[in-house]
Amino acid sequence: MSGHVSPKSVYYSIFGALMVFTGITVAAAFVNLGALNFPVALAIAIIKATLVVLFFMHVKYSSRLTKLVVATSLFFLLILLAETFMDYATRGMAPPLPMLQ
Amino acid sequence: MSNAVAHADVHGGAHGHAAHHPKLQHHFETMEQQKEASTLGMWVFLLTEVLFFGGLFFAYMLYRIWYFDAFAEASRSLGIGLGAFNTAVLIGSSLTMALAVRAAQTSERKATVTWLILTIVLGCVFLGVKVVEYADKFEHHHVPGAHYIWAAEHAPGEGSAGAAASEAEHAAPAGGDLQRLTQIFFSLYFTMTGLHALHMIVGVGIMGVITWMAYKGRFDSSYYTPVEMAGLYWHFVDLVWIFLFPLLYLVERHT
Repeated sequence: MSGHVSPKSVYYSIFGALMVFTGITVAAAFVNLGALNFPVALAIAIIKATLVVLFFMHVKYSSRLTKLVVATSLFFLLILLAETFMDYATRGMAPPLPMLQ
Repeated sequence: MSNAVAHADVHGGAHGHAAHHPKLQHHFETMEQQKEASTLGMWVFLLTEVLFFGGLFFAYMLYRIWYFDAFAEASRSLGIGLGAFNTAVLIGSSLTMALAVRAAQTSERKATVTWLILTIVLGCVFLGVKVVEYADKFEHHHVPGAHYIWAAEHAPGEGSAGAAASEAEHAAPAGGDLQRLTQIFFSLYFTMTGLHALHMIVGVGIMGVITWMAYKGRFDSSYYTPVEMAGLYWHFVDLVWIFLFPLLYLVERHT
């Protein structure tokens, strides 16, 4: 049966990288980067998540259909976050609807 | 029951199709197709999980933007040592999980069982640390509700009431805003980490079943789909924590 078998060294390297990034994110939290603190923390988390998805979850070696579902989940998440944020950001900007008055 | 009959019929029938893998269900053509279907189904489930946690992450983001000072203040009260330790434990459990799947892929039964047991142990260590952290929150009255106290000792410049009393319950509650707004942080903290811990408990249960199946020799290089699907779930739970740790523990540590 097919199925990509990664060498053990790949898993150990990814584990090492994840630990290093954990160290970096803790260290970065103690440095005052001003407005950049949050984007840096988020960027490191996204890098770590990408490593886990690609190598631990084997998406790098998965079918295009599986990759499409993974991308779709991110797209739906983006819709959820963006549309809800637009709602909160624009509350009270529009005049109330006449039929509701 | 009817399933078993149908099964017997097909095999007893005269059409006598070629011998196939005992784990291949009849509605699939090949083992590859069957595994692909499982993987696809698992990822669709994980997609719903992404959105499930996504809603909570949005709530967190919104309140963090609105009440940043209270969030920074409350976040500083969380133990960064335990949080970082748990992050390492969970990443370690993802490594042992990945190695368990690999061992199943290469038909190493003993190694599969060993790596799975290590995964369970690390999962339990994570949950144990979480229990210690939660107990600490109860002790300090940091659980939102009627008994919530954001003691003055946490708020520099709010007076020295906290210095005299070592127990939080004897300390005077801090100014109204922090008393009210830090509860929002802790509500999200308990909801998000609680839901995550629930996923961990479910995951440990799944791993127990998979370990038993592996011990019984159900998996080899020709069929290891359950190990791989359980692994996808386990790694997803790790992913959630990768975001929870910086968002909850590291809001603003440099002041």
